[in-house]
Amino acid sequence: MLNILDNTVNPVEQFLRSDRMPHIWCPGCGIGTTVNSFAHALIESKIDLESLALVSGIGCTGRVAGYVKLDSFHTTHGRAIPFATGLKLANPKLNVVVYSGDGDLSAIGGNHLIHAARRNIDLKVICVNNLIYAMTGGQTAPTTPGHATTSTNPYGTFEPSFNLPHLVEAAGAVYVARWTTFHVRQLARSISEAFQKKGFSFIEVISPCPTLYQRRNKMGDGLDTMKYYKEKSKVRHGAPTSEVGLTLNGEIVVGKFVDRDRPDYQTMMRAQYVESLGERYIEEPETECVCG
Amino acid sequence: MKADPHGVLTGTHFLDGDHACCEGALAAGARFAAGYPITPSTEIVERFAARVPTVGGTFIQMEDELAASIALQGGVWGGAKAFTVTSGPGFSLMMEHIGYAAMTETPCVFVDVQRGGPSTGLPTLPAQADMMQARWGSHGDYEIIALCPNSPQECFDLTIKAFNFAEEFRVPVMFMMDEVVGHMTEKVVIPPADQIEVTPRKHTHKSVEEYLPYATNGDMVPEMAHAGDGYKFHITGLTHDEHGYPNMTPQTQDKLVRRLQNKIRSAADRICLFEEDRLDDADVVVVSYGITSRVAQRAIDAARDRGLRVGKLRLITAWPFPEKKIAELAAHVKAFVVPELNLGQMVHEVQRAADGKAKTFAVSHAGGGVHNPDEILNTIVEASRC
Repeated sequence: MLNILDNTVNPVEQFLRSDRMPHIWCPGCGIGTTVNSFAHALIESKIDLESLALVSGIGCTGRVAGYVKLDSFHTTHGRAIPFATGLKLANPKLNVVVYSGDGDLSAIGGNHLIHAARRNIDLKVICVNNLIYAMTGGQTAPTTPGHATTSTNPYGTFEPSFNLPHLVEAAGAVYVARWTTFHVRQLARSISEAFQKKGFSFIEVISPCPTLYQRRNKMGDGLDTMKYYKEKSKVRHGAPTSEVGLTLNGEIVVGKFVDRDRPDYQTMMRAQYVESLGERYIEEPETECVCG
Repeated sequence: MKADPHGVLTGTHFLDGDHACCEGALAAGARFAAGYPITPSTEIVERFAARVPTVGGTFIQMEDELAASIALQGGVWGGAKAFTVTSGPGFSLMMEHIGYAAMTETPCVFVDVQRGGPSTGLPTLPAQADMMQARWGSHGDYEIIALCPNSPQECFDLTIKAFNFAEEFRVPVMFMMDEVVGHMTEKVVIPPADQIEVTPRKHTHKSVEEYLPYATNGDMVPEMAHAGDGYKFHITGLTHDEHGYPNMTPQTQDKLVRRLQNKIRSAADRICLFEEDRLDDADVVVVSYGITSRVAQRAIDAARDRGLRVGKLRLITAWPFPEKKIAELAAHVKAFVVPELNLGQMVHEVQRAADGKAKTFAVSHAGGGVHNPDEILNTIVEASRC
């Protein structure tokens, strides 16, 4: 167990697969910072690590699954949420976290994102939004703000981008927050709060990609981005999500936007079966039918 | 182990193939399914959705086939036996996750009730034109197992077999029905649970310290753990080593991908199931599968009535292809006649396995109905003269 007085051990190390270090993320990348906050949330929330599973899709953030010392699944591009849905339904005792990037979750996986929110499946989604497809070299994502330069919009993007908190709130999420990688403590607190919620929780983390986004848009390095996040972020808890869209150089509204209660998928499912089937409803197999 | 009696509807029933398949899945221990509606397969999950809350399990209708085919794998790693069902257009969307199941060695069953294609094709009419897609549809080198029932009774019996193979080899198994078999209603006998053998999951008994997710210990099929068991394991679709960790070297790729192939190929004799009849004196062998095997039976009987020496080889296992059996027959028969509801798929495998030692005649049909037995008979006559 962790001795908090022992300053020779990094308190988050117990959550990491140190045998897989060094990681693949670039200098100045924010994904590692989000993992640090996630680890602190695990400490704060005292969540049982053996009942915690983490599911990622594909991309830079998709690699998180490979670095955390948990039951962890690196799935296919865009499909972390439906995989996590199956995992949670087959074993409702699990706490299931989906940890992936903006392209993975909102483009190729966008359909799954809105349907999981609609169903209110009890998943905690951490979406690291670096505003770009980073793993493949900096192409335009659905989150790329207007006028940003990308490898596939070399003259500037012109298609409107997704405002993810607005999207998931409309689809039904019970908890929606946004922070940047400058807000490490607030992010950890939000993740802890999401663990206390039952239902579909979505935390967006605005994160730099100095290699492909900041450099191409002449926004400096990782440190410059931290300064930008510090100066331009405005905490507005409860802000209407319709007003929190992102722009290239403008204000970043952060905070907890949505915290509401409605029954999650499995609660509704049980209630419906009990109502319709009465005693005929059997929630779990009465006999071991998988492992013998 | 024996089947969980809660899932077994023991008795004599009048069922269509789709419903019989569902009962087979329940008897095999499937307690999770994710689906997306598509004709002519939907009846399988409709029945599952009605039955499974009474035996302790879950059905979820997902937003598309991409979601269904990966949600079922989440279900497997959560500790359930799981499957999905679809038809051609949905099967196309599921290919990505057949690859994922092959790569991560996730035991699961994909039921494809085949209809006419390509594209939306003939939603309510039969074909057998997904046979090559079942084998080769996802990218990269991998092996799967595919079974082809030809009656509602076999839809029950072989669905259990499909789950058992999936567990034994930790491989996705393709259950290749067709619209006619799915929608025909016949007598189906479901035995008592204690007469149904089901293969348990190859769950590890190793300690957390000893367990390596992809260590094979000699028999090529690694042991599994489920999320929540305390092993804190990692699973990835990337090329991985024994730890389950990504490893991008040609050596790791070679070792992994060859094992994924060899675990099936080395057991092919045991996996390849077929039915044979009147092969002893045969000059011509009709090779067929699924509904076409029942049409072919009439042609074979008619040919025998005419004194032609024709025999039957019905493929129950389509993949791995029973090439050894075909090669043995090719050494002493004149020809193979291969009727199928496509413009030539498994016939190429027969030709490959015959290796020039016997001639091969296709009896193709683009789908939308079954063959006229006379077409098959005419080809048998032609083959007998060669």
